[in-house]
Amino acid sequence: MNRKKLLIGAIAIAVAIGIYRVERSPHALRPAAHGTPAPDFSLPQLNDERLQLSAYRGKVVLLDFWATWCDPCREEIPRFVDLQRKYGGQGFQIIGVSMDDGPQPVRDFYQRFKMNYPVVMGNAKLGELYGGILGLPVAFLVGRDGRIHARHIGATDISVLEKEIVSLLQNKASPTQPGS
Amino acid sequence: MNIRCKGGKILPFLIAGVLSLNSVSSILAQQASLIPSSRLISPEELAKVLQSPKSEKPLLLQVGSHVLYSQAHIPGSEYIGAASTESGLQQLRKRVESLPRSKFIVIYCGCCPWNHCPNVKLADDALHAMGFSNVKVLYVANNFGADWVDKGYPVAKGD
Repeated sequence: MNRKKLLIGAIAIAVAIGIYRVERSPHALRPAAHGTPAPDFSLPQLNDERLQLSAYRGKVVLLDFWATWCDPCREEIPRFVDLQRKYGGQGFQIIGVSMDDGPQPVRDFYQRFKMNYPVVMGNAKLGELYGGILGLPVAFLVGRDGRIHARHIGATDISVLEKEIVSLLQNKASPTQPGS
Repeated sequence: MNIRCKGGKILPFLIAGVLSLNSVSSILAQQASLIPSSRLISPEELAKVLQSPKSEKPLLLQVGSHVLYSQAHIPGSEYIGAASTESGLQQLRKRVESLPRSKFIVIYCGCCPWNHCPNVKLADDALHAMGFSNVKVLYVANNFGADWVDKGYPVAKGD
């Protein structure tokens, strides 16, 4: 009898382990690696015009994943507006990727905070392309060559970010071709 | 009623003060750190509960962003909606209204670092106001990616 119970217990444990392993993400989310090309995308902006990331090749791009309900994200926006104003003329471009569930609160926020850079509506597919955006904010700094040079998770130290931007702006190397 | 002082009208300051108090109370209402520790469950504890064949399985409710849920969520959990919105809270109440008040429920979000999460405190308050006595809130210190997915706990994706 005891043997039978032990056997049932062992089977139950084995099944549980099996289920656990199967349910672990089969496609583990991997963060977009430094030095790899930033995954291209084409998504609607708040004005419904589409934005293609690759159209910004040759510029230094800060790709900011954020949402209106995210406190640290909101706190960063005025600083990003300043950075865009300060370095926009030198080939710097911020692109906001809202992870809100709908565009209306983003439109309201955009007006209220006088945002001066484009914002697209993100989705789960884009999040997965960038290794899983499973917490906000997350910012990727993309060089003129279209490659990811830095990834910042959580509220960014603006002074660190600014140094990185300035350094990348100084790199005038002609952009590499997509896929190179 | 005298609402003037030496320096001029004080009404604007009174209004600003009331608005500030409203903002502070609104922030406090959302502050996850105010949830008593007895109502929290750690990712490790929850993973054990989910894996153990003998443990009572909770009703798992995600009360955050749909975009984040679609990318990764706890298998078997249901998307409710952001509890920081009225529609999310309504959806939460609707989902649980017919359940026995002793039902084991775990709510989670993981959108942001714990103290910045705008959803879990409001969801927890709503459930307790309805009389649910066996509610736990998943303590996500940083975000769902760092504290659940990267730890290797079970994950599902999609709607």
